[in-house]
Amino acid sequence: MTHSRPLLALLILLLAGLTAFPLFGDEFYQELVIRLMIMGIFAMSLDLLIGFTGLVSFGHAAFFGLSGYMLAIITPEAGPVSIWIALPFCLLVTAGAALVIGWFSVRTSGIYFIMITLAFAQMFYYYFNENQDLGGSDGIFIFYKPTIFIGDFQLLDLNNPHSFYYFVLISLIISYLVLSIILKAPFGQVIRGIHANEARTRALGFNTQRYKLISFVIAGTLAGFAGFLEANLAGIMSPAHLGWHESGTIMMVVILGGMGTLYGPVLGAFAMGFLQDYLQEIWSAHWLLPMGIFVIAVVLFLPGGIAGLIAKLTDKKGDVK
Amino acid sequence: MDLATFLIQVLNGVQYGFTLFLVASGLTLIFGMMGIINLAHGAFYMIGAYLSFWLFGITESLWMAILLGLPIMIVFGYVIERLAISFLYKRDHLYQVLLTYGLILILNEMQKILWGSDFYSVPVPEILSASIPMGNQEYPVYRLFVSFVCMVVAAGMYVVISKTKLGMMIRAGATHREMTQALGINISRVFAIVFSLGAALAGFSGMIDAPLSSVYPGMGDYILIISFVVIVIGGIGSLKGAFVGAMLVGLADTFGKILLPEFSSMVIYALMALVLIWRPQGLFGRQA
Repeated sequence: MTHSRPLLALLILLLAGLTAFPLFGDEFYQELVIRLMIMGIFAMSLDLLIGFTGLVSFGHAAFFGLSGYMLAIITPEAGPVSIWIALPFCLLVTAGAALVIGWFSVRTSGIYFIMITLAFAQMFYYYFNENQDLGGSDGIFIFYKPTIFIGDFQLLDLNNPHSFYYFVLISLIISYLVLSIILKAPFGQVIRGIHANEARTRALGFNTQRYKLISFVIAGTLAGFAGFLEANLAGIMSPAHLGWHESGTIMMVVILGGMGTLYGPVLGAFAMGFLQDYLQEIWSAHWLLPMGIFVIAVVLFLPGGIAGLIAKLTDKKGDVK
Repeated sequence: MDLATFLIQVLNGVQYGFTLFLVASGLTLIFGMMGIINLAHGAFYMIGAYLSFWLFGITESLWMAILLGLPIMIVFGYVIERLAISFLYKRDHLYQVLLTYGLILILNEMQKILWGSDFYSVPVPEILSASIPMGNQEYPVYRLFVSFVCMVVAAGMYVVISKTKLGMMIRAGATHREMTQALGINISRVFAIVFSLGAALAGFSGMIDAPLSSVYPGMGDYILIISFVVIVIGGIGSLKGAFVGAMLVGLADTFGKILLPEFSSMVIYALMALVLIWRPQGLFGRQA
């Protein structure tokens, strides 16, 4: 992906702003920004499916929430768990779930795919909602954040808000870079080929089902990583984290930011997050009403999202991206 | 499980299946004909239930409530189709999902503003409040009545679609949209009619279901997801599939609650997964 110069400047500015933020931002907003960065990772993972592979998954929150629950399960009641155990455990379980759900789902396409991913996510939702050992509909607390030790040396203390902030920021950057590399690699070219024309890609000799499945597993695992961070931040995981409203919201974030751009969904997460925060403040209980109107307005008037808007504003000469 | 319990559960499952069919049939018709995936369909069911509660409060009669509620649902469906859905015919499924998702947020919130977050109930009409003894248990007459009404509606739908002129237009529009238009049929009017009728069906289902389940916020979300499972199993766009799918899901859900209580909410999804392994396009689907 080659970015236009103004866009690059904007992204560097955003990165600089995020890096410097904890130095002068107040605590409430620091937590909000952490949440938005996590949402950014989550949205990028969905963008890999929607924007690049052409798979409209409506159950992406399942992986986000599942991973969070896994952290709750593996954290003992008495104290913290090592991140070297917790993180691989969460990611492996999530990847396994994505493999199974994906195996069923990529056999279908179009509207079937949308509905099947939704239905599977709801299955997880009801499982956690009804499992009283895991707190049922109230959710389950995670009292201790994992420790990060190398030998006896403590690399990072996640309980320190600043450390946690930078841990999430670095996670965001790494997620972005890893996805960029994946998309530049031959694998990325193939999944884009599938998005553009699956029949032709298959005719070229690629096993498109397998590529779609791999893409689904990567996206699910990355969503799981975001869920792991969210569980750390919130200290609680509830079934709502894997419900379909969460899947709908994150899909909205991807569209609002601009799908198929990777940086767009991150911008979308910030735009959506601040908007939510703002609406909750003015409309309190009924903030979902203006949010619904906003969602409809974006679909009707801004289908290319913020990234599309930026491209339109900066690409005066009509250059092709 | 003795015979009476078994029979009662079969009746329950069939009745649940019929209710699901009324909701799912609108969903599958709207998709099959108009190519629209309408997430707000579950909200129509919820609105129907609230209308029956609200109108019952005014008229003190469920029949009057349904009689007054149906035209409201038709007009409501028509307005939604004109104001929102009609912009979506040529758009990608992704945008359909998002726009109708936005509609759900609005409708759910409107429901909370109008009726609050409490659970309500609507009493069963007195003539139908009796129970039929079955072995040492009883089966409420109202449930039988609901099954019967749904059966009549389903039969009516079959007649309309296969025998009338409107049905001909609907079938023609579903398979050959351009050709139908070229023959001078105002396809967007037919779409609006189908959408309104679909909304009315879902609303009707919510109305007659209200005395059986309580009326509560978010009830539309639940029925929507189950309806998705139903039409994925049956094959999207197929009315016959929606019927078979609804019966399978109704029975599986009812018996799942008894035989596998711990996993009851997962049974229908497992059923869906099994069907998909066997036939990815659903039981009566045309293609994946």
